[in-house]
Amino acid sequence: MSGSTVLLADGTLSDFGTKFWEVLQALAIFLGVLALIFFAAGRAVGRISRPLTITVFLGPAILLIMIGLIVPAIRTIYLSTKNSDSTKGVGFDNYTWAFTNGDIQRVLINTLLWIVIAPVVTTVLGLAVALMVDRLKGQAIYKSLIFMPMAISFVGASIIWKFVYEARDPSQPQIGLLSQVAIALGWSHPPNWLLSIPLNTFLLMVIMVWTQTGFAMVVLAAAIRGIPADIVEAARVDGARGRKLLFKVTIPMIRSTLVVVLTTIMIMTLKIFDIVRTMTNGNFKTDVLANKMYSQSFVEFNNGRGSALAVILFLAVLPLVGYNIVQLRRERAIR
Amino acid sequence: MSVGAVEATKAQPVKKRHEPAVKAIRRSFSSPIASFLVILLSVVWTIPTFGLLVTSFRPEGDVASTGWWTVFTDPDLTLSNYQTVLFEATFGGGTTGLMPYVINSLAITIPGTIFPLVVASMAAYALAWVRFKGSDVLFFLIFALQVVPLQLALIPLLQLYSSGKIGGVQLFPESLQLTGSYWPVWLSHTMFAMPLAIFLLHNFISQLPREVMEAATVDGADHFRVFRTIVLPLAAPALASFAIFQFLWVWNDLLVGLTFAGGSQDVAPLTARLLQLSGSFGSRWHLLTAGAFVSIVVPLIVFFSLQRYFVRGLLAGSVKG
Repeated sequence: MSGSTVLLADGTLSDFGTKFWEVLQALAIFLGVLALIFFAAGRAVGRISRPLTITVFLGPAILLIMIGLIVPAIRTIYLSTKNSDSTKGVGFDNYTWAFTNGDIQRVLINTLLWIVIAPVVTTVLGLAVALMVDRLKGQAIYKSLIFMPMAISFVGASIIWKFVYEARDPSQPQIGLLSQVAIALGWSHPPNWLLSIPLNTFLLMVIMVWTQTGFAMVVLAAAIRGIPADIVEAARVDGARGRKLLFKVTIPMIRSTLVVVLTTIMIMTLKIFDIVRTMTNGNFKTDVLANKMYSQSFVEFNNGRGSALAVILFLAVLPLVGYNIVQLRRERAIR
Repeated sequence: MSVGAVEATKAQPVKKRHEPAVKAIRRSFSSPIASFLVILLSVVWTIPTFGLLVTSFRPEGDVASTGWWTVFTDPDLTLSNYQTVLFEATFGGGTTGLMPYVINSLAITIPGTIFPLVVASMAAYALAWVRFKGSDVLFFLIFALQVVPLQLALIPLLQLYSSGKIGGVQLFPESLQLTGSYWPVWLSHTMFAMPLAIFLLHNFISQLPREVMEAATVDGADHFRVFRTIVLPLAAPALASFAIFQFLWVWNDLLVGLTFAGGSQDVAPLTARLLQLSGSFGSRWHLLTAGAFVSIVVPLIVFFSLQRYFVRGLLAGSVKG
């Protein structure tokens, strides 16, 4: 037993050695080539010096953006009008499929539910905490605890919550927290949570809310701290207190930040893939657009349909990002 | 909100000026009920992670038969789950534990952070200080590319890595065999990071004091020298903020890793392996919880030790939309 452990540890060590060497080599090549180019381009004089400088500084980024984003994006749009292995043009058939197939309609409805409910709940919770936490003794600890899930991967968060939702037959001791709480509260036969439609979709949204509330809290707290003193003073002199102060002064003053937080979480939600993939693999009617896109492309190997779903995702994100950018610029102009 | 703006709000005089206003807002929402709600929420927020952590230290039999909360009345803890999960586990169709995947995640994340950091800071410097015709338009175009969800690039990129071709153009010989190495994952993370990285670093680098730059140029330094000796040191806080975010982003990523590294133990990151495990042995919670905690612990350490940079980066807009 101990012998085999040593052997495996040896294997791990050599595995580590090989991979570490690979990384070191890659970094050395990358930084070496860069240093060489810097050295050579620094020697250049006269008319070519300036264009050369610009090329050296900007070239790599532009090249990466072209190869990694622009060309593939255009190509995906093109592939979305082709059949599964991209050998035959099919016009808009893939899009017709996406909007008429009952299965996909479910996916679209779920996605819509996700982008409306999860971001709104997250933002409202984040705002509430940002408003309430401030006078608390030891507030840094509470903030840290609420903020912490943001550092955890969606895969890790999903496993955490899958364990919370674990359901056993009610006659046996429960190991999932949610079932235990439900039974303790007098619900004698709680369902198998992840199999209950449509409850399961909302239970998956909980994970999104759990990870992003801290983000909303931190950004909104900073915005509240930035409200000019005289405005609040004036409102107080006029007798605004409590709820009135909140709805007439605080919220209007941080409106653009609220919109930025909301749209940022919406965009993130629209692209969410990891949670659904880990929790249910899209089964039990929980599938969403980003996961369906992955399944179609890399499980079913239907490049046409996968591409069409990616394009739909892009078109859905587009207005949100546009609005987000406009608000971000406005907010920056105010500051 | 640029990094600079956030710095400004942190400065003392500004803070002082806002103090009464902030207090007024605070006062109207602080009550025993509010305090209670916040404490309740932070407890509820922490319990799921705590349950995972506790479970990962309980023996197999206990985990399968009783809830983790019974540990308070019947404490019985062990490290054997971690031993199994890291070094021995022959579970879920694999032959090794998670250790190779932990190494993969590190091997992916370190270059996956350094590559985009270097390339983007160079581009940001050029766009901010080596002004040329169209540099503003170019900056805006790069910034606008944030609208492209990475899903839109996956299929053609996968084809590129395996064949060397994109849309019929041969970019590199097929014999280069990128598939199966870390390169597709490194390159993809670098490419996808570009728009946001250039945008954030440009915001900071363009705010550097003009006099310092000009003084260096008068002394005869060329752009390469200015970049190395002045820009990089001065931009260190922004670089650090971005590096932390990129590190967490790459470490926590599933989509890029799954698409370009598959599930092989030679290259696949921890997240991709955990996804497989959660499907194939969803009921062996003593192992799954230990495995999940192994992947969570690195970002948690980064988060708790560098929380200030983390928050600063967040306020500067380092959230991938």
